[in-house]
Amino acid sequence: MNGETPISIRDLSVWYGDLQVLKNVDLDIPARKITVIIGPSGCGKTTLLRSLNRLLDASDGARVSGQVVVDGENIYDPRTEVTRVRKKMGLLSQKPQVLPMSIYENVAYGPRIHGFGSKADLDRRVGHYLRLAGLWEEVKDRLREPASLLSVGQQQRLCLARGLAVEPEIILGDEPTSALDPQSSQNVERRLTELKRDYTVVVVTHILRQARRVADYLAFLYLGELVEHGPAAEVFAAPKDPRTRAYLTGEIS
Amino acid sequence: MSGTAGRSLGRRKRADLFFRVLATASAAAVLLSLLLILGTILWKSLPALNLSMLTQTPKGGFYLGKEGGILNAIVGSLYLAAGATVLAFLLSLPLALYINLYKGRASKTAVWTRFFLDVLWGVPSIVYGAFGFVVMLALGLRASLLAGILTVALLEFPIMCRAIDEVMRLVPRELTEASASLGATRFETALKVVVRQSAPGILTGVLLAFGRGIGDAASVLFTAGFTDRVPASLADPAATLPLAIFFQLGTPFPEVQQRAYASAAVLTLIILLISLAGRAMGRKATRHVVK
Repeated sequence: MNGETPISIRDLSVWYGDLQVLKNVDLDIPARKITVIIGPSGCGKTTLLRSLNRLLDASDGARVSGQVVVDGENIYDPRTEVTRVRKKMGLLSQKPQVLPMSIYENVAYGPRIHGFGSKADLDRRVGHYLRLAGLWEEVKDRLREPASLLSVGQQQRLCLARGLAVEPEIILGDEPTSALDPQSSQNVERRLTELKRDYTVVVVTHILRQARRVADYLAFLYLGELVEHGPAAEVFAAPKDPRTRAYLTGEIS
Repeated sequence: MSGTAGRSLGRRKRADLFFRVLATASAAAVLLSLLLILGTILWKSLPALNLSMLTQTPKGGFYLGKEGGILNAIVGSLYLAAGATVLAFLLSLPLALYINLYKGRASKTAVWTRFFLDVLWGVPSIVYGAFGFVVMLALGLRASLLAGILTVALLEFPIMCRAIDEVMRLVPRELTEASASLGATRFETALKVVVRQSAPGILTGVLLAFGRGIGDAASVLFTAGFTDRVPASLADPAATLPLAIFFQLGTPFPEVQQRAYASAAVLTLIILLISLAGRAMGRKATRHVVK
C-alpha cells in the first residue's frame, strides 16, 4: 500500500547526550517522488535520515522524542517491530558497504532472512534486482565472486539491488554518491530517478547541483531545524526564508 | 643554510640505518631461536624417534628404558585439547558477540568483561590446575579426561575469547548497520555477517587457544592424571604429552630422556600441523572478507 504520505515526521527531536541535533521537525514525505534533504554538514540531515528506519537505536546515547509515522504506524512505538520497519526501507550509505559474501549472496541475503521463496525463485529475484540496479550485465558471469572485488561504483549499485530485494516501499540514500567517481554518481542518480516510479525516495546530500538534478521535493535543514520545505522547483526559484536563500546562493555552507 | 640541511639529513640517514640494522637483528634472533629450539629437540630425539614411539603405549619398564611408545600421551593430549577447545569456543563466541554486538563495543559491560578476561589470561596455569582440582573433588570426580578438559577449557577460554573479541571490534559499524537496515535481527547479523567477516581472526584465536591448551602441563597435572593406557571414556584418566616429557626427563636414564625429546618433537609437530591446516582454512575464510 502506498498512501500519499508514506512517511510523516511529527515533532521529532533527537539528542546525543546533551546536544540536541534535531529540533521539533515536522515533515510529510510525498509518495513516489524524490525528496532531497539539504543543508550544511552537521545540520542533522543524516540523523534525520537514520531516524526514519530507526538506525539511531544503534548509536550510543541517541534519544528520540516525537513520532515517525510509516504507513499509519508510529515506528517509535515500543510495540513496533523494528525489523519490519527496516524491511520497508532500503538504505544506501555514504560509503557502499557490501556484506562479506558473494555478489549473489549479497542480493539473496534479505530475501533469505525474510524467508522468500525457493532456490529458483531466489535466482530469479537476484537477477531481477541486479537488472533494476543496472549491474546485471557487469556481474552476470561472476555472481559467485566476493562482492568486495567490485569497484566502489559497482558496490553501491549492488547495495541498491540488495536493498530492493527485500521489497521495500522506500529507498533512503545518505549522500549515496559521495564516495563515487562522477560517472558512477551519474549512474546511481539515474537509477534513483527511474526508481521513483515505484518507490518513495529520500536522499540526503550536500551537493546542491545534485539536489537540483534529482529533487522533486526539497527540505532544508539548518542547525537541527527544518527551515523550509516544499516542491523543489518552488524552493529553488523562490526560497521564502532568508537562511534558505543564503544557503542556495552559497553564502552559508 | 644548505650546510645545516646536509648535516640533519646525514643524521636522519644514520638513524634510519641504525633502525634497519636493529630490525634485521631482531628478525634474525627470532628465526635463530626457533631454529635452535627445533634443532635441539630433533637432534636429541633422533635416537628415540621410531614408529613404535608413535604406535605403542608404554610397556612394562618403559620408564626404565624398555619397550613401548607414547601413544597414550598423543591420544590423551589430542582428546583433551580438542575437547577443551570445543568447550572454550562454545563459551567464547557467544560472549564476544554479546559484548560487541548486543552491548556495544564501548559499553561498560564490554569494558569490564575485557578487563576480567585479561586478568584471567594472566592467571598462571598451575592456579587453574589447583582450582580445577578443588572443583573436581567437590563434584566427586576423580582425575579424568573430563576433569582435564574442563580445566583446560577454563585456561583456553580467556585467550580465545579475547582474540575473537579483538577481531570483532574491527568489524565496521557500517557493516552491521547494513545488515540491520535489511531487516536482519541482531542474531542474524551476528551469525551471517559478523562471524563471516571475522572468520579468519576467529580461526586464529581458536588455534592460539588450542596450542596453549595442548602444551600446558600444570593445569592437567592433578586434573587429568597420567596413565599408560589410552583413555576409553571421559571418566578415565588421560596421559598428556607435556607430562610425558616431564616424567621422562625426570628419570636418570639417558634412553628415557631421549624419549622426552621425542615426545617434545611430536608435540611440536602436532602444533605445526594444526597451524598449517588452520592457515589453509584461513585463506579460504579470507576470500569474502570486506576490506
